[in-house]
Amino acid sequence: MAASIFHRVSGAGLSIVGLAVLTWWLVALSGGPEPYALFTKAASNIFGRIVLIGLTWAFFQHFLSGVRHLVMDTGAGFELRTNNRFAMLVFVAAVVLTAALWAYALGVVK
Amino acid sequence: MSVGESSTPLGRVRGLGSAREGGEHWLTERVTSIALLLLGIWLIASLLLLPALDLRTLGEWLQAPSGAVPMALLILVGFKHALDGMKVVVDDYVHDEGNRFALNLVLLFFAAGGGALALFALARIAFGGAA
Repeated sequence: MAASIFHRVSGAGLSIVGLAVLTWWLVALSGGPEPYALFTKAASNIFGRIVLIGLTWAFFQHFLSGVRHLVMDTGAGFELRTNNRFAMLVFVAAVVLTAALWAYALGVVK
Repeated sequence: MSVGESSTPLGRVRGLGSAREGGEHWLTERVTSIALLLLGIWLIASLLLLPALDLRTLGEWLQAPSGAVPMALLILVGFKHALDGMKVVVDDYVHDEGNRFALNLVLLFFAAGGGALALFALARIAFGGAA
């Protein structure tokens, strides 16, 4: 139940915000120094960071939850206990991977 | 006669309101999702492994075929998968037929427009325009 809603919310977030950021980033890159400076400025302030961290989480959540759905498409993993464990694993792993990626990106761990 | 025990399983499915389409949409969503597993890992790994994220480094990265081609695929497959996924959400939650049609049209236009813009920007970088 929660796993399904999170799959949709993270998917919608990636579709709308994620693709908008990707497109803006590419357009800024193609435009040269000034548009790109504007993008990096927006991306590195606190609001931009929250959006990027949120997108990273949405990516991992949707990615792992998507793998779960692909496994379930084969007819496997429907037993209640297995299914719940798989869903919990997805939630935990998405948060851990997001934290690990940003710790690495911000130079907290090398 | 109602659609009941005398009909075949396929006939029952048809009688129970299949729109006679959707199978391809469902399958495309899965196929693009598998492609995006690979392209998503590629994007994140690339951004983490690049020595810097400045204009010059990123420009060189996207001018090489090893950067430009996966990025073009990511844009195409990403926008397609987003469109397919958002359509499912719209179809599930918007019950009025007119609103549903209008919203799906808006989604299609945004996906096509956004995808074209992203591809154009990539081409401009890859073929060495302003960058």
